Amino acid sequence: MAKRIDLKDVDIYYGAFHAVQNVNLTVIPRSVTAFIGPSGCGKSTVLRTLNRMHEEIAGARVEGEILLDGENIYDRGTDAVAVRRTIGMVFQMPNPFPTMSVRDNVVAGLKLQGVRDKKKLDEVAEASLRGANLWKEVKDRLDKPGGGLSGGQQQRLCIARAIAVQPDVLLMDEPCSALDPISTLAIEDLIADLKKQYTIVIVTHNMQQAARVSDQTGFFNLEATGKPGHLVEIDDTEKIFSNPTEQATEDYISGRFG
Amino acid sequence: MTTATGTDLDRPASEPPTRQIALGRRIKDHVATVLVSLAFLIAVVPLVWVLVTVIARGLPAILSADWWGYSLSGVLPEEYEGGVYHAIYGTLIQAFIATVIAVPVGILAAIYLVEYGRGPLARAVSFMVDILAGVPSIVAALFVFAAFISILGAPQSAFMVSLALVLLMLPVVIRNTEEMLRLVPDRLRESAYALGIPKWKTILRIVLPTALSGTVTGVMLAIARIMGETAPVLVLVGYARAINYDPFEGNMASLPLLMYSELSNPEAAGQYRIWGAALTLIIIIMIFQVGASLISRFSAIPK
Repeated sequence: MAKRIDLKDVDIYYGAFHAVQNVNLTVIPRSVTAFIGPSGCGKSTVLRTLNRMHEEIAGARVEGEILLDGENIYDRGTDAVAVRRTIGMVFQMPNPFPTMSVRDNVVAGLKLQGVRDKKKLDEVAEASLRGANLWKEVKDRLDKPGGGLSGGQQQRLCIARAIAVQPDVLLMDEPCSALDPISTLAIEDLIADLKKQYTIVIVTHNMQQAARVSDQTGFFNLEATGKPGHLVEIDDTEKIFSNPTEQATEDYISGRFG
Repeated sequence: MTTATGTDLDRPASEPPTRQIALGRRIKDHVATVLVSLAFLIAVVPLVWVLVTVIARGLPAILSADWWGYSLSGVLPEEYEGGVYHAIYGTLIQAFIATVIAVPVGILAAIYLVEYGRGPLARAVSFMVDILAGVPSIVAALFVFAAFISILGAPQSAFMVSLALVLLMLPVVIRNTEEMLRLVPDRLRESAYALGIPKWKTILRIVLPTALSGTVTGVMLAIARIMGETAPVLVLVGYARAINYDPFEGNMASLPLLMYSELSNPEAAGQYRIWGAALTLIIIIMIFQVGASLISRFSAIPK
């Protein structure tokens, strides 16, 4: 469980557009790494390269190395499907599968990977829902459609679905931006729990959230619209928020721009 | 608008502009209302006229005892006996064979266009589908005649009709399925990929079920549409007054073909059968259309 990720000289392109330039960073196992920065700085793009999700966009490509415990996930012969089984993802908008019940949503990954054993699926469903702090709320409506839950519950359902396939790393792309403060709190508590087992990378627009949940924070910025985004600095969250090395980071955090 | 207790200060300085609609605008409003209502009436009149005529003239035929269960085998032109069982069977079996061929091909083509198609091949396929959608049914029928009957030497049969119907049905099924697949949000696909589910399984188990209701509805409407096609049956199969269960051999009746052949019957019974067959065809097509809307209502994704 819980693997380390190293990015070495990573450049990301969408066709001819150079989206992100020269990123070097290390994601530490069993900790939360937050990416912050103004819109368009490429933090979500970097996140999506970590499980080869950006490949789904036509023309997107990556240069440099992204190492998962030392193995380059972009090596020729590495299967994107296998990478994604190891590195799960939770998206900005809750997106349960509309045709499936709550239970089927949670075990969708396992089921579609070919697990048939109903007893095991039920166990995984319960464990994952407990892990996502949702079990108590939905245990009486496991057979109801997943789309019938509230937004915050749907997002926790998606987290349960992501951890049901037992990934080593969990990527979260602004997981709380569509949620109310109470649901946000529930998810933040959950992140604190999950980091005991998983390596977590979270992109957030909310700096207080980054300060609350993360152990290290990376600040991304871009010089101007149309220019590639880059990593300004990455350090312990406490240091970034109290005494950052770069002036740009301090300006951003103190609200002077962005 | 002064009230008993109002002073000059309470009164608006000028008349509120919302108080009355200017005369010019009122006239325009009335003219537009009248024109739109008139256009609606003009559109509805022929529809109601056709329906009323067909029902009034066809009703005696479809209410007769033999209509739904017997063919016209051995019935003389001037006799009112017999029914259109053979033609109903022909219409249904020809549409059924066309559906069995066109639906899988059409759905797979739509999946290709939406999920895989990038670049010149997809554009070419999409362009061809547009062309095919514009092909008149007589051209589709003549193509099948030329390709299969003239060149390959196949005999005229109901199956040839089905092949022509496939050509007419394919673009409808492809375009509709394409629309339905495009309605499935990309974030569902992405979250499936993020679970480590391979693309083909994502399509089969996530995307298709989400689009199923609309796809099935579209297929039903496509079936309803091809059942009334007349050109293929005129060109590709001979008329038979008796039941022929074999779609691969011999002449076979269908409702449009029966109507056409009764046109040359000078007796009053011919008219009687034409109107009866017309009403029967409308009823069968209606059943498919109502079925389509029922399916879309009951298989819609619960909220």
